[in-house]
Amino acid sequence: MSDSPDGPSNGPRQHLVEVGVAAAMALLGIIAIIGSLRVGTGWGAEGPKSGFFPFWIGLIVVVTSLYNMVRAYTHGSRKLFANWMQIAQVLKVVLPLTIYVGIIPWIGIYLASALLIAGFMRWIGRYGWPLTLAISIGLPVLTYFTFEMWFLVPLPKGPLEDMLGL
Amino acid sequence: MEAIGDLMAGFAVVLSWQNLLYMVIGIVLGVIIGVLPGLGGANGVAILLPLTFSMSPTSAIILLSCIYWGALFGGAITSILFNIPGEPWSVATTFDGHPMAQNGKAGEALTAAFTSSFVGALFAVIVITLAAPLVASFALQFGPAEKFSVFFLAFCSFVGMGKEPPTKTIAAMMLGFALAAVGTDTVTGQLRLTFGSHELLSGFDFLVAVIGLFGIGEILLTMEEGLSFKGKAASINPTVVWQTWKELPRYWMTSLRSCLIGCWMGITPAGATPASFMSYGIAKRTSRKGDKFGSGEIEGVIAPETAAHAAGTSALLPMLSLGVPGSPTAAVLLGGLLIWGLQPGPLLFVEQKDFVWGLIASMYLGNIVGLIIVLTMVPFFAAILRVPFSIIAPIILVICAIGAYTVHNNTFDVVMMLVFGVAGYFLKKCNYPLAPLVLAIVLGDKAEESFRQSLLISQGGLGVFFSNGLVSTIMGLGLVALFWPALSNLYARLLTPARPT
Repeated sequence: MSDSPDGPSNGPRQHLVEVGVAAAMALLGIIAIIGSLRVGTGWGAEGPKSGFFPFWIGLIVVVTSLYNMVRAYTHGSRKLFANWMQIAQVLKVVLPLTIYVGIIPWIGIYLASALLIAGFMRWIGRYGWPLTLAISIGLPVLTYFTFEMWFLVPLPKGPLEDMLGL
Repeated sequence: MEAIGDLMAGFAVVLSWQNLLYMVIGIVLGVIIGVLPGLGGANGVAILLPLTFSMSPTSAIILLSCIYWGALFGGAITSILFNIPGEPWSVATTFDGHPMAQNGKAGEALTAAFTSSFVGALFAVIVITLAAPLVASFALQFGPAEKFSVFFLAFCSFVGMGKEPPTKTIAAMMLGFALAAVGTDTVTGQLRLTFGSHELLSGFDFLVAVIGLFGIGEILLTMEEGLSFKGKAASINPTVVWQTWKELPRYWMTSLRSCLIGCWMGITPAGATPASFMSYGIAKRTSRKGDKFGSGEIEGVIAPETAAHAAGTSALLPMLSLGVPGSPTAAVLLGGLLIWGLQPGPLLFVEQKDFVWGLIASMYLGNIVGLIIVLTMVPFFAAILRVPFSIIAPIILVICAIGAYTVHNNTFDVVMMLVFGVAGYFLKKCNYPLAPLVLAIVLGDKAEESFRQSLLISQGGLGVFFSNGLVSTIMGLGLVALFWPALSNLYARLLTPARPT
């Protein structure tokens, strides 16, 4: 295939992504160690202190992750992790989902869900408005009746629900 | 036989119209969950768990365990008709199931798959009925050191039996333990690893982790593969079912072997996925038609399906009798027990007889109901998979978000779900196992508690874990499992030079 920057033969390599993942895990291990040192890792009045267990756990995470990191760099697969087109596909879910998660506290889960479904169907599925509106409004309404009425579980609401007096 | 009497009492508990209705709802929901990408047994149960808080524990566990059976059945439908494994444990079913469908034998393949699933599950339930009370009464005498040794063995088994590189399994597992440690220390009540954050006071909830890792992560993987579902049509009529059933007893040996493999792999937490592969591999090697495997042999459907169901079902045995779940879904169910105020483990068999035997009785009934439902409703379930992914995907995302929110009625959990989802995508792509990570989050506090109590008894000496025959044996088995990859590697190296070239 062509060598154009967004072509299907280009993308991050598997071994580099693995190095990144292992580094991230090692970082989490270090955070666990630091947190454990703050509360004490030794022997206290009630036996081992609170930091004792997470300290050793964190240490194992760091050691194994460093090994995984070196191993991935030296022996890891040089194949593509994913090509840029596939990564774009994944971002088409991650970005809307991030916005969705971000706006739930402000506009409530019902309106946010309707927007997410409608956006997804129009943008990626290229459906017509009638079907898009039917599903994107129908599902939140169904959810409302199932959760609030039947199971009596309240979900986050926003100004729209206040206006409707729900 | 005391167990038989208890089981009959269990049937009396279960046989009410309401519970039968929950059973049917659970199976249908479970199959739908099993058919859809991004929803599986573990996160399907995790999403619905908060809705059962107000139900009686017995009804709740019937509903949720039936979702689990349904999801196990559902995986076979997508594997055979669409060549897409709806669940990891049905990958092996695609090898011969889909070729059968292509040869116009979809009905036979589905009937064989469902019936084998049923046989595997039934075998495992009988094992649970007979063995669980014995294991539980034995485990009643366990002290903290013995309890820790059981956890140790369970986690070491992941290292020894997993397909993934051992250091990756250990890293993922220990990360789970670290996440479990965040929040209030259950022994001293002290806060730790929260770094002043209010959101982290109560720690990471494993339900949120399950929904993110398995739900969102799976959707991202499906999106990357750009799946378009092209499937075979199927309908099952009574003639096909009857003819397939007449043929099945011929493969009793394969069935029995698969049941045993499944139960073994389910009780030691290796899980349904390796069980199905192992069973398929052995059937292929021992069958007279072994060379035809892969081109649509019915035996190649029977072997993995029987083993997967036997493993999936028997994973509940250690969960009920020891409090150590054998699979992520069993772990979620264990979380449910804790939320309903029941203490999983050996005492359950003494203090909550109605509940335990009701659950076991519901396993018999649930699988019979499940077999009838899947045999009659296949066209309906296949139609669900024909709904385009661009409609299904956002709906699943919304369901996951609602599920994550309802765990603690907290929008921060929805953010955590997203973080776990992206992490799950990378971990899965980099060949890290997710099951030990989730199990570590669930069991972290309990494992740590038993570890620290043991050390308290011994005043800090590690010798307490080898202080008597029982605990040394379990710890020894754990160590063997832990170093199994290294040992078998060494053994292979020692053998190689001796081999003539």
